[in-house]
Amino acid sequence: MIDREQVLHVARLARLELSDDEVGRMTTEMSKILGHIEKIAELDLEGVPPTSHVVEVTGALRPDEPRPSLPRDVAFANAPDIADDGFRVPSPQAHA
Amino acid sequence: MTYEAVIGLEIHVQLSTRTKMFCGCELSFGEPPNTRTCPVCLGLPGALPVANAEAIRLGLMIGLALECDLAPQSIFHRKNYFYPDLPKGYQISQYDEPLCRGGHLGDVRIHRVHLEEDAAKLVHAGSSGRIHGSEASVVDFNRGGTPLAEIVTEPDLRDAESAAEWLRLLRATLRRLGVSDVNMEEGSLRCDANISIRPSGSQELGTKTELKNMNSFRFIQRGIEAEIARQTKIVESGGKVEQETLHFDPASGAITSLRSKEEAHDYRYFPEPDLIPVAITDELLQSARAALPELPAARARRFESELGLNAETAKLLAFRTELADFYEEALAADGAEPVPLANWVTNELTARLGDDDPQASKVSPAALAQLVGLVASKKVTNAGARQVLDRLVEQGGDPQAIVEAEGLGAMEDTGELDGAIDSALASNPDIAERLRSGDMKPMGVIIGHVMRETKGRADGGEVTRLVRAKLGL
Amino acid sequence: MTHIRDLTAAQAAARVRDGELGAGELFAAYRDAAAGDDLNAYLYVADEPNASGGELGGVPLAVKDLFCTEGVISQSGSKILEGYKPPYTATVVENLRNAGAPLLGKTNQDEFAMGSSNENSAFGPVSNPWDRERVPGGSSGGSAAAVAAGAAPWALGTDTGGSIRQPAAMCGIVGLKPTYGAVSRYGMIAFASSLDQAGPLTRDVTDAALLFRHMTSKDPCDATSLGSPEQIALPKSERLDGIRLGRPDDLSTEGVEPGVMAAYEQTLKLAEELGATIETCHLPHADHGISAYYVIAPAEASSNLARFDGVRYGLRTNGSDLLSMYTQTRHDGFGPEVKRRIMLGTYALSSGYYDAYYGRAQRVRTKIADDFTSAFESVDFVVTPTAPTTAFKIGELADDPLAMYLNDYFTVPMSLAGIPAISIPNGLSDGRPTGFQLAGPAFSESRILDAAFALEQALAFDGSPARS
Repeated sequence: MIDREQVLHVARLARLELSDDEVGRMTTEMSKILGHIEKIAELDLEGVPPTSHVVEVTGALRPDEPRPSLPRDVAFANAPDIADDGFRVPSPQAHA
Repeated sequence: MTYEAVIGLEIHVQLSTRTKMFCGCELSFGEPPNTRTCPVCLGLPGALPVANAEAIRLGLMIGLALECDLAPQSIFHRKNYFYPDLPKGYQISQYDEPLCRGGHLGDVRIHRVHLEEDAAKLVHAGSSGRIHGSEASVVDFNRGGTPLAEIVTEPDLRDAESAAEWLRLLRATLRRLGVSDVNMEEGSLRCDANISIRPSGSQELGTKTELKNMNSFRFIQRGIEAEIARQTKIVESGGKVEQETLHFDPASGAITSLRSKEEAHDYRYFPEPDLIPVAITDELLQSARAALPELPAARARRFESELGLNAETAKLLAFRTELADFYEEALAADGAEPVPLANWVTNELTARLGDDDPQASKVSPAALAQLVGLVASKKVTNAGARQVLDRLVEQGGDPQAIVEAEGLGAMEDTGELDGAIDSALASNPDIAERLRSGDMKPMGVIIGHVMRETKGRADGGEVTRLVRAKLGL
Repeated sequence: MTHIRDLTAAQAAARVRDGELGAGELFAAYRDAAAGDDLNAYLYVADEPNASGGELGGVPLAVKDLFCTEGVISQSGSKILEGYKPPYTATVVENLRNAGAPLLGKTNQDEFAMGSSNENSAFGPVSNPWDRERVPGGSSGGSAAAVAAGAAPWALGTDTGGSIRQPAAMCGIVGLKPTYGAVSRYGMIAFASSLDQAGPLTRDVTDAALLFRHMTSKDPCDATSLGSPEQIALPKSERLDGIRLGRPDDLSTEGVEPGVMAAYEQTLKLAEELGATIETCHLPHADHGISAYYVIAPAEASSNLARFDGVRYGLRTNGSDLLSMYTQTRHDGFGPEVKRRIMLGTYALSSGYYDAYYGRAQRVRTKIADDFTSAFESVDFVVTPTAPTTAFKIGELADDPLAMYLNDYFTVPMSLAGIPAISIPNGLSDGRPTGFQLAGPAFSESRILDAAFALEQALAFDGSPARS
């Protein structure tokens, strides 16, 4: 129930490179899994609200008080490429 | 076939909190790059957002000022897409349960107001040049996470000028609320326009385009005008307007495409699981309501009814918050009546200061009040006062002192004035002839001569009266 | 004289507090065992303890790789974070350190906590100390194996759909998944935000209670955290008089190993002997738990893992442009299971599919939560086998992701409902441990631990064959 085209589209949304082989395998595996998941289509869920948050938490707001920021060298410590005091990346084209 | 434009605005406002929307980093104003970051706003693994209570309060204030409906609860959603200025690969924003819905400001209805976090700053790399054959960009995360309120209007605007004017009203309102610096040049106020056209009288909506990131009122007006013209041209020649995102270049007047429909993002919105719904409690609402100041529209009405200003002047003052604040401070300083003071503020002062904040100038409200008082008591003529104001703008100070120092006081000795008039008539015999014969047109030359001789201390009306008397008219 | 590493954590803590045992000696014994671990349970072992004293008495703690530990590698079992050292420490690890538990080491896990066998780790599979050709369960496989083997006195794991309980069952130890929100998630490299919870993996129920007591907090850095409304009591009951245990009749036993089923039935009989009553309860939607879970968890994960883009940390594969940098980095850095779930999750959230998948799954979740709420009106705990099978062979389910997912059949419904559940070892099948699961209403951990304790005493399960 999912075809190659859809797999390629989803891979593009997820920014995942997939080899031809991987696309093939992914199509098969996802189809099988979705086939099982589709069980939920059988249920009558009329009027049932969705659960986004399973606990009732209240008052979880933060007061507007400054906390120390990271020293810059710490922020950069794990970075692959630093230049001009920033994280360097290839420039986005019109659509990245 | 005539067409009408249908315009809606989407405004992003940076809120004046001390810290970011979802973390405790202090907001950055020109700090060195990447010095205001933490695990949360850098999107480090394991970090979690916690919403800024003050940002919510400011958002509520906006909603109250715009007379929106405030739902009892509001939830955050994730807007998923990939871009280097988006550290988590999603922006925490709001989707179908925004903070505020409906409302209006002036003649324009508000669709919604919601809260979200700002993206970081992506800068085209200068000295860093290229990497692996591509152009390089560099990301500064200082700005990332700054709280934003997004205000979306209904498409109630019909032309570029009203759009710009309405935006000025919005800006004045937000400034008055104190929720943001709303400075377009600095980026704390950003405006995009959604524009479409349709045959006049039609109720259907045409295809709309989005015109992005115009950073001054002038550019917004020109940009919208240009886009309306572009769309009209297309439709008139039988073409179809494409739905796309556009950029207006004010220098060339050109409109170019940023993104086309095919590249439209699928944002895969879903409720943010790391944040619980915000309960808009009575307490929160009270706190927001209590903080509401008198808003521009109400202020203008008060200027009219209590101070006797005409509607036009009242609006000119009230819709520029800094100007109205200056005016009221000057009024409180005593020395001037409301109407003449208002005229001096909206004409002479703004002519010299333009869009600059009068509070930042060297003219103190008290000084202006004093100056207007001097004019009223005829101690200085209008012309003389203008010169005093020039001096105040240049160097500040006390009007009385400037008048004395530069001898700009109104002429008290009519003999001096008499002499100046005689001298002017004598130097311009042919004009004197024309005046004698009833042609009043060249009176200005005589007045000008007299003004120059008296350094502006003569009163133009008085000069005219005396000239006529002298010539027996 | 008992070998140091034969003491339970609580016993060791008591001896350290009494001055009978030196904290340094205790740490060294475990450090050496961890360093010599041949199960591939550890990815990092500390040299020196970074905490002492307190109620936890300097008893060292093995911590699952995905907990951020400042200055110490935290990779969540993934190549995309290989070598990553966070600049901060997870709140729960900090809480435990403040209570006296020093970091012993970081343990191996399924990549990004996605898996039920620890075979999805970028750093190799972990062996089950009961049978080295078999999996320890997952995703907290390293933590479970280390505790079972006596190479850690106790360990931290995380449970999203069963990742503490199932490996506990397969390794013959105790594993507790707390109420969602009881423990802060700040500093836990996220898998599925609305499901992830940290919990203890221990040799016995008392150790679990002791460790859990110091884990909970209402953390200002985690908006979803609640902490515990009461201090967690150390268990003491020897009987189960008046306790009603509910066995759900709508959960299928198809595919459950006979030995697992037999141990389960035996445990129920034992419970009756201790004074409990066994009743049937109804969880009509629990059978759809796997389907709902395998929409919700991958959906949230697909979003949580979008930050791994090569820009600020972790692996970067250079591409000819930005797009290829993204796609190749993520191709190179993520393993096949993670890719599968990112794809599933992205699909379930995408335009046109949201209502049918994510939207529906969240509604199924509401029904499952309601099912438990109703059930708890007439029973105190819901009981099931923890996992359908005992430990399977490494590689056995490699080609069948769906079969792997079904490992979570009994554990997923509790995760979806956010309620606490414990797994205790309740016997052997073919020489391999089986697990018994007790689930209770939100914040009933003290009562769950107490009931589990009573059962544990009566079961007298012997975990020593696994300990070297």
